[in-house]
Amino acid sequence: MAIRTEPFYLNIGPQHPSTHGVFRLRVMLDGEVVVGLEPIIGYLHRGIEKLAETRTYTQNIPFTDRLDYLSSMTNNLAYCMAVEKVGAIKVPERAEYLRIIFSEIMRISSHMMAVGFFLNDLGAMMTPVLYMWREREKIMDLFEMVCGQRLLYNYMRIGGVSQDLPEAFLPAVKKFLADMPRYIDEYDQLLAQNEILLARSKGVGILPRDMAIAIGASGPVLRASGVKWDIRKMDPYSIYDRFDFEVPTGDCGDCYDRYWVRMLEIRQSVRILEQAIAQIPQKGPVCADVPQFFRPPRGEAYGYVEAPKGNIGFYVVSDGSIAPYRVHIYPPTLINITALQDMVMGWKVADLIIIFGSIDVVLGEIDR
Amino acid sequence: MTLLDQFQLLLKDANWPDWAVYLTPAVAGILLIIVFILTIVIVFIWWERRLLGRFQIRTGPNRCGPEGIFQPIATAIKILLKEDIVPEKADKLIHFMAPVIVFVPILLIFAVIPISAGAILVDLNVGIIYVIAISSISVIGIFMAAWASNNKYSLIAGMRAIAQMVSYELPLVLSLVGVALVAGSFSMIKIVEAQAIPYILLQPLGFMIFFLGCLAEMNRCPFDLLEADSEIVAGYHIEYSGMKFAMFYLGEYGIALAYAGVIATLFLGGWQGPLLPPIVWFLIKVFMIFSVIIWMRATLPRLRVDQLMSFAWKFLLPMAVINMLIIAIEVLVGTVQWLMVILNFGFAALLVLLWSRLFTLGGGRVEV
Amino acid sequence: MTVAINCEETGKKLQDAIAGSVISTGKTDILVDANKLQQVAGFLKNTAGLDFDYLTFVTAVDYLEYMEIVYRLVSLKNNRSLILKTRCYNREDPVIPSVVSLWRAAYYQEREIFDLFGIKFDGHPDMRRLLLWEGFVGHPLRRDYL
Repeated sequence: MAIRTEPFYLNIGPQHPSTHGVFRLRVMLDGEVVVGLEPIIGYLHRGIEKLAETRTYTQNIPFTDRLDYLSSMTNNLAYCMAVEKVGAIKVPERAEYLRIIFSEIMRISSHMMAVGFFLNDLGAMMTPVLYMWREREKIMDLFEMVCGQRLLYNYMRIGGVSQDLPEAFLPAVKKFLADMPRYIDEYDQLLAQNEILLARSKGVGILPRDMAIAIGASGPVLRASGVKWDIRKMDPYSIYDRFDFEVPTGDCGDCYDRYWVRMLEIRQSVRILEQAIAQIPQKGPVCADVPQFFRPPRGEAYGYVEAPKGNIGFYVVSDGSIAPYRVHIYPPTLINITALQDMVMGWKVADLIIIFGSIDVVLGEIDR
Repeated sequence: MTLLDQFQLLLKDANWPDWAVYLTPAVAGILLIIVFILTIVIVFIWWERRLLGRFQIRTGPNRCGPEGIFQPIATAIKILLKEDIVPEKADKLIHFMAPVIVFVPILLIFAVIPISAGAILVDLNVGIIYVIAISSISVIGIFMAAWASNNKYSLIAGMRAIAQMVSYELPLVLSLVGVALVAGSFSMIKIVEAQAIPYILLQPLGFMIFFLGCLAEMNRCPFDLLEADSEIVAGYHIEYSGMKFAMFYLGEYGIALAYAGVIATLFLGGWQGPLLPPIVWFLIKVFMIFSVIIWMRATLPRLRVDQLMSFAWKFLLPMAVINMLIIAIEVLVGTVQWLMVILNFGFAALLVLLWSRLFTLGGGRVEV
Repeated sequence: MTVAINCEETGKKLQDAIAGSVISTGKTDILVDANKLQQVAGFLKNTAGLDFDYLTFVTAVDYLEYMEIVYRLVSLKNNRSLILKTRCYNREDPVIPSVVSLWRAAYYQEREIFDLFGIKFDGHPDMRRLLLWEGFVGHPLRRDYL
């Protein structure tokens, strides 16, 4: 005689230690197995797109910091690139190098945070997080040296960056880069072949290649599914074509591949940084001469970068006045979670949390 | 002849009335044990937080008093001062009784743990069986807490709790049979006195199985899915606050102390050791075991519930049965102890290697 | 380099395949008729040599006489990009055919456009508000909202 069971709804609510922000998942569970899923977002919606229509182009830059607040530099860069395309502004050489240096340092910091918290969701009780934050503290010290802020930088400007480097910056970065390979090897030694990590994440939450392309995924999520699409190689912006680096891809798109692709990308970022610091021109202007109330000609442009979480992009429409007519922010993480239900169906509650953690979302970007 | 028995004889010779002769040593013993438990638990709380901090490259609490030794007292005061919230739809009586049923068996286990030579409350001749029997009662308490909270998260935790704790009882008990066979008795004091060579050397496989079973019974990492912070947000004690939560919290450290004491007695030789007084040796061994438990907590991620269950039933249980068989044959044939050490280490290595090939949890093949 | 595809040529190809679809071609974008949108999208996705299988963004801009929906398509195989536009002149009850069946990337983005602009997408499986709460009245990103 079979026991009668019935599925029940669980609300992994907006306040939860593992939803990486205010994100609500309405899950239908049959025992421990997930049979249905519905994400409900909008808890952090601040109306940035509407606000941007009533502020000048430069005043919108702090808004872009607050989108993916863990990698503010790349958000700034994407917006500034979009406005520079509309206004046909040329960025000086030293500023281009500075932008790339900071984007890559930002990528290291964001990936370390993503991997650390992925392991925290697995249950490793903050130890990998604190090991990775040892380096992230050094990165935040570097940022503080340059723009005075540890988290929301507001550093890029239309036509370049806001201020030049202090004397002590380049030696500090060189020292940081000299130490990094040793630390990444330490993480790999502790984590890469860990039995429990392999058992929990290999084969879990597979995102097949066709589905990844169909949902428009980008960033490490797309690359872990086997698609070799990195904007820095396929459509180089700024001066990325001068650097020599590889694009790591994964095999099957499970959680372990997404974690492994991020660790490999940290190594490649270190490589790019070493080349950039060797090539940076010693002197030069750091910002093009752009007036305070900048009036670009009428037109529209889409500026996009390879941010740590995906391809963040800004679609800017200008009508010739000092404020943009329309700014649309393309959020890579919202698109990456389109396939969440397919990835999670049939797995258990514990797997749901780590699959969601491996996609690496930030609610500021999803909700805007 | 335990210390309390000697005390009792003294009182009888001094012509005290019969009820006083019976009652005084009992009450004195109980009070001494409770003082001992509370002191050591407070030291455990401090030691865990400091050691966990050292593993995570940070100091741990060091503000409250020199090196943070008053931190546990501050924690206790904070918990006691909190408001006791009971959910409206919770089952009030069961919600109230659950912490008691979880906490009291832990106190009862200490009745048969010998702290020093002869310092035991009562030398039952079925000591080990008493320990196992009493510790099983806490499972009911945990499920009562989970059910009565009227919360889906704690219900999931409660189901996991019963599955986990009941499954891990079996390998636990079977590995104890090996100890009892070699020592020739169930009584705790006789087992300690029979350990010329500590049983950890004599039965490494039995020790490993018993240690893992104890970790699962204590709901410690890597088996702590009952209170998995990242999934079910504090699990079965999600709706408890104030003094009831304090009972769960102290109970967790109390049972760690109890099982550490049992392991020290059964496998490490109890209070035996050169030079230092026996109680110091006992405490050293207990702290060593607790440090290893904290080390595992700091390092390992947690297992998923179905991986946990298959680990108990398909790995630990067959190994425990085979271990029992080997020890029984050796005792029957009458092997000398040093030969048993070599044979048992050999068998342990062989069995673990062979069995882990058959039952693969990680390394890419996740059939369980 | 993801080069923008030659819009004139593609516009001609489209016009040959689906008559009456292309309204105008700019330097970087093609403006198509809203009624023929699904056929155009299918043509762009499935034709060999075009292969636009990756949809980047879908958004809407409110020019007060009409609302313009902008799609950016990328072909991963040929490394080409294309911006497709269509217009909707009805402000009270705007309806545009949905492309979710071709590119699932449009799932959340079309819901967001409905939420913030009020444009309904015909054929979308779940047309509800995304960012604002149920029961919110109005569509904030329209130019005449505030």
